[in-house]
Amino acid sequence: MNEMTTIAKSTPKDWETDQEVRWCPGCGDYAILKAVQRTMPEIGTAPENTVFISGIGCSSRFPYYMETYGFHTIHGRAPAFATGLKLANPNLDIWIVTGDGDGLSIGGNHTMHLIRRNLDCQIMLFNNEIYGLTKGQYSPTSRVGTTSPSTPYGSVDRPAQPAAFALGAGARFVARGFDVSKELPNVLKAAHAHKGAAFIEIFQNCIVYNKDVFEDFAAPKGAEDRQLWLKHGEPMLFAKGTKGIALDNEELHLKVVDVVDGDWQSAGVIVHDVTNRSVAHMLVEMRFGEFPMALGVLYDDPRPTFETDVVRQNKAAAEGKTADLQSLLKKGQTWTVTESGPEL
Amino acid sequence: MATAVEDRADDRQSPLSDAVVVRFAGDSGDGMQLTGGQFTLSSALAGNDFATFPDFPAEIRAPQGTLFGVSAFQINFGSSAIETAGDAPDVLVAMNPAALKTNVLQLKQGGLIIADEGEFNDRNLAKAKYDANPLDDGSLAKWQLLKLNISQLTMDAVKPFGLGNKEALRCKNMWTLGLALWMFDRDRQPLIDWLEAKFAKDPNLAAANVAALNAGHAYGETAELAGPLKQHHVDPAPVAPGLYRTLTGAEGIALGLVAGAQLAKLPMFFGGYPITPASAILHHLSRLKEYDVTTFQAEDEIAAICSAIGASYGGSLGVTSSSGPGIALKGEAMGLAIMTELPLVIVNSQRGGPSTGLPTKTEQSDLYQAVYGRNGDAPMPVIAARSPGDAFECAIEAVRIAVQYMTPVMLLTDGYIANAAEPWAVPDLAAYEAFPVQFLTEAPENGFKPYSRDEKLKRPWVKPGTPGLLHRIGGIEKEVGTGHINYEASNHQAMTDIRKAKIDGIKVPDQIVELGAGGGKLAVVGWGSTFGPIHQAVRRKRAEGKDVSHVHIRHIWPLPANLGGLLRNYDRVIVPEMNTGQLKTVLRDQYLVDARPVNKVSGQPFTIAEIEAAIEEALA
Repeated sequence: MNEMTTIAKSTPKDWETDQEVRWCPGCGDYAILKAVQRTMPEIGTAPENTVFISGIGCSSRFPYYMETYGFHTIHGRAPAFATGLKLANPNLDIWIVTGDGDGLSIGGNHTMHLIRRNLDCQIMLFNNEIYGLTKGQYSPTSRVGTTSPSTPYGSVDRPAQPAAFALGAGARFVARGFDVSKELPNVLKAAHAHKGAAFIEIFQNCIVYNKDVFEDFAAPKGAEDRQLWLKHGEPMLFAKGTKGIALDNEELHLKVVDVVDGDWQSAGVIVHDVTNRSVAHMLVEMRFGEFPMALGVLYDDPRPTFETDVVRQNKAAAEGKTADLQSLLKKGQTWTVTESGPEL
Repeated sequence: MATAVEDRADDRQSPLSDAVVVRFAGDSGDGMQLTGGQFTLSSALAGNDFATFPDFPAEIRAPQGTLFGVSAFQINFGSSAIETAGDAPDVLVAMNPAALKTNVLQLKQGGLIIADEGEFNDRNLAKAKYDANPLDDGSLAKWQLLKLNISQLTMDAVKPFGLGNKEALRCKNMWTLGLALWMFDRDRQPLIDWLEAKFAKDPNLAAANVAALNAGHAYGETAELAGPLKQHHVDPAPVAPGLYRTLTGAEGIALGLVAGAQLAKLPMFFGGYPITPASAILHHLSRLKEYDVTTFQAEDEIAAICSAIGASYGGSLGVTSSSGPGIALKGEAMGLAIMTELPLVIVNSQRGGPSTGLPTKTEQSDLYQAVYGRNGDAPMPVIAARSPGDAFECAIEAVRIAVQYMTPVMLLTDGYIANAAEPWAVPDLAAYEAFPVQFLTEAPENGFKPYSRDEKLKRPWVKPGTPGLLHRIGGIEKEVGTGHINYEASNHQAMTDIRKAKIDGIKVPDQIVELGAGGGKLAVVGWGSTFGPIHQAVRRKRAEGKDVSHVHIRHIWPLPANLGGLLRNYDRVIVPEMNTGQLKTVLRDQYLVDARPVNKVSGQPFTIAEIEAAIEEALA
């Protein structure tokens, strides 16, 4: 996020490029693109101060479709480019677009370090639990047993959990949404309002290689029973207020409780506090099925950002010193040679 | 340091007093690098020209007394131009049996061994795998041997200061330095000043070290030893008046990069990851914040280069640095910098390879990697520094090419240049022509195209944040002019041709002949840190009347336009390299000349004698 200068209000159209969008018809990426283009006018940032940076994969084509500055880099490394760019110009508003393979497999290391350093940027990780661009191999977020060209007998390794990974890496902002959700722009706005590395896991439907893998919670029918939209200061209720999330005080884990006649207090339902890191750790680990899918802003508690601290230290170290390179060259062990010989 | 082009009088028969090679060798804990460094300064103050060669183990604290734990520092100083750290030492100071064993065979026949006999006890002899004490068994008969109980003499000298045994013995190196200063008639005062400043917080320790230094000096002065120990005076070398300092290659690179960024009027961003022997550049730059330098220790080599490219995209001068293994990891990102045509300087401080190889030893075996080592047709300029002082100039040149042609540039140095020190005439920065970068800030009249080109085929540099020039770049093939994604066959052909033509068209200075004539019987063609031994060898052979010339290439890619013609003027061409023949291959490929390889990959620099032998063989 950045300090904003007021500019004439733009429209979503202003954020579209003239480039032909090249995702498969019906891909969840279209919905995410629309959501981002709808969000941008509302957050009031200027297109010329906005940079979308991506790695490699279907999601990483994103920058070509945003009328901003954009850099489609190499596989997994978008966070590293973003770090150099932000340090070179801390005023830029940087959005990283990555996927489950790009951001958690080949680029997992950079994702971790970007988050722990807390570089001010938004990281949108499109999670479709599959490698789309390379034609359907299982990914680090694929569920055990996923059959794919590279795992014809089903995958045996256990999947990474993006939100838990981010929180474990030290994230100060973790949110979840999904491609066709109407709430997605609000999640993006909250991420942008957070000063620091804002990690957003966006479930995205790959209609070719992993169709409807999120239907169990994303399908509109019965959604209220399967989705828990978290709002700061509000009780964690779902199923039209008839169920809630409470803490099992003896076992110290979360549990689903029934709420009778709206009396969530006596059912022990937790009020969502986005700054509660302990609860955030439990929310990101909450298994869908036994629990609803936790969506929205799971955690948001800013800390000083990397680029701010770097700039501050650079300034402090340079304080009172003059950048006189000629005198720097003369530093150290020097001597002068005159006609009569050398002297100190 | 000197790069004189005129032939000198035959300095082959130099008496000991004209040029001397001294090697200090001891345990890694004995402070040999420090001793060598201070002896270097005293040589500078005595007006000698010099070159040094620190040779230390990869292990940080190797077990005491072991063969692999030996750390050595060699200095060649003299009253005429010195360009190498010397072939065989005239004097070997061996602080323990392991140091003697690992170094004595290189000592000149009749050379002087000064050994600390206090360390030649059974335990240390066993660690050095000596069956008998070499100081007593006559096995060192072909050299002059001076046995001194330096340990005991030091203990005696520092007794009044009440140091513990261990601390007292740490003063051994100063005792040894004191003796060396006497041997070569050097002034002690600068060293005493240095010790007092270094141990300002502990005046007692300072006084003990000074006492050890004085005691070593006094020993030489008063012992009146018959035999090998006698004083030598080495006359000052004739050097141009001016201000001098000692400079290592790592310092030369760091300062040159800062100078280059200033000449380009750009802030610098340096993304690095610790690796031997390149880390020193990161260390130097991280202290220079007031020069608009941001340093970033990245999580890995890939992040280091990617962050630098990101910073270049943002309008800074992006720089990254590493050694062979790290450069390998950066390969894909270099391709992206080539594709997106962003300026970038990549410094490779070469070391012995492949794989982890010899981290602290020197080699020139990354030339193929620099010129050819990327996927696709990925041309990139390559510059090689020949010495610490030259590294300063090459760094400026790398920055200039990077920003004037919007391209990554590889700057090659090596472990030898990085660590070695030489006297350096401090240049006057006002003499360097600035090359300020012009960012594109407004759309031209005929519209903005990110991949439009000027007469040098350079595309415009636009900083994100610039209104009206929004565009996207990336690693997918670009459409000519617009930079849009384009997979068409003819477009890829056109863009590949443009990328090649841009790099081929970089203006580099014509190749000069360092020594000798622009044609004749034999050219010895070198690059990088082999400059010293080649230059001295060619000078000696010319003094013998041999028709041989020295050509030393700085611009490895693109090569100087006149180089092919020049090489064809010689009957024979030999190419000494610390690899198995990499520049040789490039020269054969580019010019169809019969360049013959002269190779050495022992982790040690060429000796002058080795090059001389190669010249003899080529002329035979």
